[in-house]
Amino acid sequence: MLVWLVASLVFVLSRLAPGDPVTLVVAPGASAAELAAARERLGLAAPLAVQYAAWARSVLSGDLGASIATGQPVVRVLADALPISLALGGVSLLLSFALGLTVGWWQARRRGTASDTTATVVATTFASAPAFWLALAAIALFTYGAATLGFPAWLRLPAFGLRSPALGAGESGLGDVVRHAVLPVLVLALVGAAGIARYGRSAFLDVLRLDLVRAARGRGVGRRQVALHVVRVALPTLLVLFALALPGVIAGSVFVETIFAWPGMGRAMVAAIAARDYPVVLGGTLLYAAMVIVANLAADLTLPLVDPRIR
Amino acid sequence: MSRSGRVAIGLLALFAVAALLAPLWGARGAAGIGDVLGARLLPPGSRDASGGFHLLGTDRLGRDLVARTLLAGRVSLLVGLAGALMASAIGVAIGAIAGWRGGWMDRALMAVADALLAIPRLVLLLLCAALWGPGLTMVVLVLGATGWMGVARLTRAEVIAARGRPWAEAARAIGAGDRRTLWRHVLPNAIGPAIVATALGVGSAIMLESGLSFLGLGIQPPAASWGNMIAAGRDVIVTAPWVGLVPGIALVATTAAATILGDALRDRLAGERPVQRTSSVETERAPTMT
Repeated sequence: MLVWLVASLVFVLSRLAPGDPVTLVVAPGASAAELAAARERLGLAAPLAVQYAAWARSVLSGDLGASIATGQPVVRVLADALPISLALGGVSLLLSFALGLTVGWWQARRRGTASDTTATVVATTFASAPAFWLALAAIALFTYGAATLGFPAWLRLPAFGLRSPALGAGESGLGDVVRHAVLPVLVLALVGAAGIARYGRSAFLDVLRLDLVRAARGRGVGRRQVALHVVRVALPTLLVLFALALPGVIAGSVFVETIFAWPGMGRAMVAAIAARDYPVVLGGTLLYAAMVIVANLAADLTLPLVDPRIR
Repeated sequence: MSRSGRVAIGLLALFAVAALLAPLWGARGAAGIGDVLGARLLPPGSRDASGGFHLLGTDRLGRDLVARTLLAGRVSLLVGLAGALMASAIGVAIGAIAGWRGGWMDRALMAVADALLAIPRLVLLLLCAALWGPGLTMVVLVLGATGWMGVARLTRAEVIAARGRPWAEAARAIGAGDRRTLWRHVLPNAIGPAIVATALGVGSAIMLESGLSFLGLGIQPPAASWGNMIAAGRDVIVTAPWVGLVPGIALVATTAAATILGDALRDRLAGERPVQRTSSVETERAPTMT
């Protein structure tokens, strides 16, 4: 239901726009008759309602149409791009949770001290830094900076692409991909970790304030034991946070993939939007929305498992 | 107001004044191009061929980066404020109608909000910006159109809660009409969370504007915005990194200050009402690109 609503909204939005995708597929200077023929072939000549019905029917049967710009099936375009984005996003999501929750916990235990304030300022700064700027800063540091400051060779990380164009003999492909992945993953993970540290700090603080923690401490329960109590109570909040963080990772990857030239979903979407390639834009948006909805659903379903109050 | 909140207000005020006074810096005006070959891509703290001093260096057309960053600040601050206000205005209106009317109207409006919330905001923004062409007005409108859902849900919940209070009933009992009760009694009591959300929204609006401009879908050169300045620095990031880094520092400082101010406002508001344990994560929205 929600997916259908999203799909229809996107469909309407995309057809409301000025600009004609047909100009992309015909030769420059084509006659009006040629334009009309191309429009007919792409199904863009029919009334909007007919186009919508045709589109809805094919989506229900799993066919998202073909890209107007390249002629490739949209499913293929997305299937090629998705694994790259998922790998990039998944690794950075895990890293950002590990880092963010550690910092958040560390801050919550030191609430109000100078180190807490410093960490908050640092986290807020990183959370306020757009991923594209951090990415450029990282590139500047590892290229210009590496040259002027004299970094050792292993620290001169490649800034663009997924793998080196020409691998020397004896070099392993996997190691090369990992070296290329360091900067994009780092940038995404830092931005994510900063946000999660802010949430995590307040989530842990909310629990630390509760009487059960004071009672546990009063009974002489050890620090590690108390920490387990707190994490156990904060778990539902953190789970919701995980579901909320997912779309952020998707969106963050739009810029990071564009800058580091990774052929993922984000770059495919930006290219498709710029080219008014409606089928790809529609398919991509649907996929994004589906992922967000699935993430929320997964959180809703697992929530009762960790929070007996809402069983 | 906490100390960090006051520092943030001070910082924002400083940026605003500096941006307003931008024309005083650099006699030629920041968009004007002079001796390109004598002044292009100078590193920070150097002098150009005609002896002009450039504290933060120059870009590839020889324009002073301090002047241009300040000029871009005008656009970015304006768009951020206007975009956040637009989003909140739409959100309060829709939330108030949904909460006040209830019934099918409520269900329909919230279904639209849920559908829009299911698409990452950046994707929605890219879509709208690409479809309706770039420009300042368009960016503000698009920020409003894609940012109202959170505020609408907050306002709706507050209006529903306020609607049932005794004083709302009392207002109706002494003959106040629907519109008067909603406008004069219910909304003023329901607006608090929306104000905090607006303050927090300014940071994300500035960031989203810069993102759009970075991708070439927002403010167009030669008009300066932090986003398109960073984009212009992208080509020379390996040889002249300051061109892209300087406007970014201004951007980060501004969004961070706006966020800290929003946090301070929220804490202040939270101090006035009973602590709700689940509220902090709901309202604490860092200015992410979502």
